[in-house]
Amino acid sequence: MNASITALNPAHAPYVLRIADGSLILAQRLSECCGHGPALEPDIALTNVALDLLGQARLLLSHAGALEGAGRDEDALAYWRDASQFRNPTLCELPNGDFAQTCLRTFFYVAWQAQLWTALSASKDAALAAIAEKSSKETRYHCEHLAGWVVRLGDGTANSTERLQRALNYLLPYTNELFVDDDTDLAAAAAGIGPLPSSLNDAWTAQVQAVLAEATLKLPATTPFRSSGRRGQHSEAMDYVLAEMQSVARAHPGAQW
Amino acid sequence: MYTQAMDIPHTDGPTAVPAIDEQAREAEFNERAGRGEIVEAKDWMPEAYRKTLVRQISQHAHSEIVGMLPEGNWVTRAPSLKRKTILLAKIQDEGGHGLYLYAAAETLGTSRDQMLDALHTGKAKYSSIFNYPTLTWADIGVIGWLVDGAAIMNQVPLCRCSYGPYARAMVRICKEESFHQRQGFDLLLALSKGSEAQRAMLQDAVNRWWWPVLMMFGPHDKDSQNSELSMKWGIKRISNDELRQQFVDATIPQGELLGVSFPDPDLRWNEARGHYDFGAIDWSEFWNVVNGHGPCNKERLQARVDAWEEGAWVREAALAHAEKQAARVAAAA
Amino acid sequence: MSNSKEWPLWEVFLRSRAGLDHKHCGSLHAADGPMALQLARDVYTRRQEGVSIWVVRADHIHASDPTDKAALFDPMADKIYRHPTFYELPDEVDHM
Repeated sequence: MNASITALNPAHAPYVLRIADGSLILAQRLSECCGHGPALEPDIALTNVALDLLGQARLLLSHAGALEGAGRDEDALAYWRDASQFRNPTLCELPNGDFAQTCLRTFFYVAWQAQLWTALSASKDAALAAIAEKSSKETRYHCEHLAGWVVRLGDGTANSTERLQRALNYLLPYTNELFVDDDTDLAAAAAGIGPLPSSLNDAWTAQVQAVLAEATLKLPATTPFRSSGRRGQHSEAMDYVLAEMQSVARAHPGAQW
Repeated sequence: MYTQAMDIPHTDGPTAVPAIDEQAREAEFNERAGRGEIVEAKDWMPEAYRKTLVRQISQHAHSEIVGMLPEGNWVTRAPSLKRKTILLAKIQDEGGHGLYLYAAAETLGTSRDQMLDALHTGKAKYSSIFNYPTLTWADIGVIGWLVDGAAIMNQVPLCRCSYGPYARAMVRICKEESFHQRQGFDLLLALSKGSEAQRAMLQDAVNRWWWPVLMMFGPHDKDSQNSELSMKWGIKRISNDELRQQFVDATIPQGELLGVSFPDPDLRWNEARGHYDFGAIDWSEFWNVVNGHGPCNKERLQARVDAWEEGAWVREAALAHAEKQAARVAAAA
Repeated sequence: MSNSKEWPLWEVFLRSRAGLDHKHCGSLHAADGPMALQLARDVYTRRQEGVSIWVVRADHIHASDPTDKAALFDPMADKIYRHPTFYELPDEVDHM
């Protein structure tokens, strides 16, 4: 990556940062699970998902920093921004909850990423398109793997169905935010940087509903609930996530690791 | 990672003394194993061999799994994204190593659930070193440098042990393990070149981990259960004291590169012996930890028990789904 | 000790690259075939060890009994006429 690349417009860096932050914060949540999975094999598998997401985050953060042109690298962005400066959707920062909630939340997000990477292959930002292409292979596997768990838990025992239904009722409203267009999105789409979030809704809904149906779950009624992490207004969970993630780095300003 | 199984008294119950012709068969088996012949899963083997291997391999596996916890404790707080990535991959490897070893042990007629039950009920042991807490980021580097370093010394000879599945698992593990030690040293090198606070963090970690690491090699030879058989079977090739001495000799110069001192006033190079002399180990601490009274034995075990118990509904659901799918396929046929 | 059933054991075979056979590399526990495949990918191919995976339920494998080794394999030892080296030919055609 160049030390600085020319942004196509002022929305360019923020648009990329949103995608980066989503991968980063979800990776952070998934890394909490390592060593505590329901069995050894799924533990290893879920950690692979976390590692892939972390890899995406690093590439995207570096790219966003280069676009911003203020000399911030991946670590400066990850460890020295406050909650209000993070632009991940709130969905990513929510606690893991039980295994049903962990799998369903991750599934919702990677299914969204799958649509996003496809659309980004046409981006006027060649570097972004390249990251999307590389990431799409990982994400395809993530979707298969997590969809598999959603179906197994939804169509498993009465207990697992109940837990997954509870997770669905809780999490689904947080996905509304993924498809809301704001000024940054409009400006980025206009410049050919990336798709409008709203344009991903139909494909995502079709994919997700198919999996939820196979999982024998009932879709809760739509609500007007809108979370606002993408605009920097997060849930109460976000500051705790950052406090943990950033604590060592912040205790030693300027240190190299 | 290292297991001390050979030297810690176990409570499996007495092994029945075999009949005379069985004894002859056993003696022949032991000679062949001693000559380097490989034993595979379905081959005839003495009961003592089977039991000893199940114990050693499964406790080695338990050590890997429990070993994920002290490092998992810092993965969410890793101070750079590169370090976070590397640490996560390392912890994942440890899970994988546990898995290869459980798989090897299962070829001997035990099951994953039985082995985990032995761990969770306290019947099976795991390496004492993992009952110590990781208190700072520097501890993560020290674990890679010293704990993995000690484990590697013990593990390489096992690649040639007599039991095929165990030897093959060890080859796999050793290939992956050297990254573990290198990343630890790399992490500490960065600290050693850093701020005063970082260098102090490094020295503090070395001060706390040095003696427990030396204890990893197990009791002195004179206090160990002498096992000529383990030597024949190739599951213990070098004595505890020899390994410990090799480790100290290799490690002191590495510490000099890091600019750290070791918390042992008796540590000095002995020109006549050609080795480092080092101080007396506090064996009461070792036995306390092995017997369950170390700094965080209870927390480590509880974390494993919790993960297993909280995961029961998930495992059941997966099986229930598999059964439903199989029934659907059968009905459609 | 719980009474719950264990996930079945699966043996894993990897083809490390095109042109080679699948080789046994270990085992794992999974609830079903698709899960076993995915888990095999996550457990056994993190360092690009393979391009193709087979998983087989361990209890579906039929294996020869080691005590039958002599009966199964020794009789092949004296059938050296199956090997090309048994046949001494004139130099002019020895390349066959």
